[in-house]
Amino acid sequence: MYDMSEKDILMKLNLIFRDVFEDETIVVNEETVSDDIEAWDSLEHINLIIEIENAFAFKFSMEEVSTLKNVGEIVDVILKKSKQN
Amino acid sequence: MENISFNELKKIAKKWEMKENTSKIALLGDCATQYLCVAIRGMCVKKRINADIWEADYDQIYAQIFNSESEMYAINPDYVILFFSSEKLLEQYETTDNTKRNCFVSEAMGNIEQCWKRLSQVQGLKIIQFQFVEIDDKVYGNYGNKIKNSFLYCLKTIQYQILEKACQYNNVYLMDLNSIQSDIGRNLFFDEKIYYLTKSTISFTALPLVADRTTDILRALQGNVVKCVICDLDNTLWGGTVAEDGMSGIQIGELGTGRAFTDLQRWLKLLKERGILLAVCSKNDQNTVLKVFRENSDMILKENDFAVFVANYEDKAANIKYIQSVLNIGYDSMVFLDDSCFERNLVRTLIPDIMVPELPEDPALYLKYLKDLNLFESASSSEEDVERTEQYRRESKRKELQRQFASYQEYLKNLNMEVTNSSFDPFHFPRIAQLTQRSNQFNLRTIRYTEAEIKKISQNRDYITQYYELRDKFGDHGLTGIVILKKIDRDALFIDTFLMSCRVLKRGMEEYIMNHIIQIAKKNNCIKVIGEYIPTVKNGIVKNFYNDMGLRIHNKNQWIINVNEYKNKTTEIKEKAQ
Repeated sequence: MYDMSEKDILMKLNLIFRDVFEDETIVVNEETVSDDIEAWDSLEHINLIIEIENAFAFKFSMEEVSTLKNVGEIVDVILKKSKQN
Repeated sequence: MENISFNELKKIAKKWEMKENTSKIALLGDCATQYLCVAIRGMCVKKRINADIWEADYDQIYAQIFNSESEMYAINPDYVILFFSSEKLLEQYETTDNTKRNCFVSEAMGNIEQCWKRLSQVQGLKIIQFQFVEIDDKVYGNYGNKIKNSFLYCLKTIQYQILEKACQYNNVYLMDLNSIQSDIGRNLFFDEKIYYLTKSTISFTALPLVADRTTDILRALQGNVVKCVICDLDNTLWGGTVAEDGMSGIQIGELGTGRAFTDLQRWLKLLKERGILLAVCSKNDQNTVLKVFRENSDMILKENDFAVFVANYEDKAANIKYIQSVLNIGYDSMVFLDDSCFERNLVRTLIPDIMVPELPEDPALYLKYLKDLNLFESASSSEEDVERTEQYRRESKRKELQRQFASYQEYLKNLNMEVTNSSFDPFHFPRIAQLTQRSNQFNLRTIRYTEAEIKKISQNRDYITQYYELRDKFGDHGLTGIVILKKIDRDALFIDTFLMSCRVLKRGMEEYIMNHIIQIAKKNNCIKVIGEYIPTVKNGIVKNFYNDMGLRIHNKNQWIINVNEYKNKTTEIKEKAQ
């Protein structure tokens, strides 16, 4: 996986969020939390995780999935995992 | 099925709508089932299966089944999906005392069978049981296969015993979850992190496949089965083209690239032996290709393996329409195999209902691709399956004879048709049940019955049953008509079931059976006969049947006749002389 900047990652995540929640108006940033998006329930949370894993070709750990607080932390995990590759 | 993601399936599931006559599915699992529920709902919408799915709370299999007041019984499901997971089984094994593990298999099987027995008390309920997937605690390595009390040995024994037990229950259908895991591998089938977070034992990668296979069973149970495979010849059943390479130059046989085509032919032959009809549709000179079948000894399939054989230079859509008119089955029960992209697109465009697999470029991959599509799901089998091709070959001969007669009536008379009929007997239960499940066109009420239900009806004194076997000078059509009459109001007969195989339409069988129903009514001191038409997408041909037979409108979609008013309809069919 080539080096993506935080900005690139956020843009790509935004596309994923728009696809999963079927809402073209969504704009996510580092502070976005699940309360900000109405359809973001526990079922969609796992679905979202899987879609992000598939899009960026990596796997979250069990711990990461259960402790993620906002989109910013998702970006951090992706950055960390891409450096590991 | 093209690869579809869980996310896409979830979106499709949102479009689900309640319709008329929606089947009801109850999903019970001892692991998390909410994602599976969404996947199955989406697959039903995608494959246009009219079904609603209700999901029990987590790990409520016994609570829902053994409580008569449970929500599951309240919704009155037509199907119950039972998902006992291997992971839960392992948990139970681990908590079983070491000294009691020799009873583990019989206890597990006992629990499952109790569920089947209790659910079998509900008339018409069908059970779809997920087979256990193979997992291993690996505490013995390979040696676990030789230790009867090891988890591995117990699990494999349970898998086998489920096969054996399911044969004893006509209402239990097995969904081979393990074969899906084998196809994609445990690494893709199971996601550890998802399991620990949600208790789902199926990964998001595998969920669409599981939903696909489960809904394949639903389709078969609803009578949507593939009945015929139409094959191109050049580069489909053999490598190369016979026109250019000559009869001996085509690739077929034991060695080299020809082997891929030989294996495909062997598989098609297995399908034919199990009751699927084969047809040829080739753009070639007829004599040239017949020569290959007759003289190339490497060919596995022979001319008489095909119910219809069409080789000419007309367009394939027109030829397929001709094949359909001979076989008289729906286009949606046909599959068309052709290596040519052009021909595939042509047929798909002109005949949208027919299934046209997108064969891969490399013939080495044909067989795997076709097997993965799981086209031949079934919900029944009977002795007549073996004979089916021969039946249709005789039909081709009848069609040829017909061309020789000036009038259709003369042709029918010349056939010397005879009927034997009798009330249902155990020997015929399988074929009778199968006909109720497969018949879509000449079927007045389209009620599907299992063998167990047919047996019950035959023993019930409120019902009068008849099956009809038709024979003519070319041979036997086998069992082709079924009537189930119910005594109501002390002096009336209600026609619960009146169906005929589409092979024998428009020969006078309809009239013969209607006349016979009136005869039966008279014999049983019934004054009135009532028939009903329940419309479906496929049975439009019988919309006016009772009207045409002289009955008058009674209530909505019902007709009635007084037995003394009924006028016998003419038919060239006679009862077989005893």
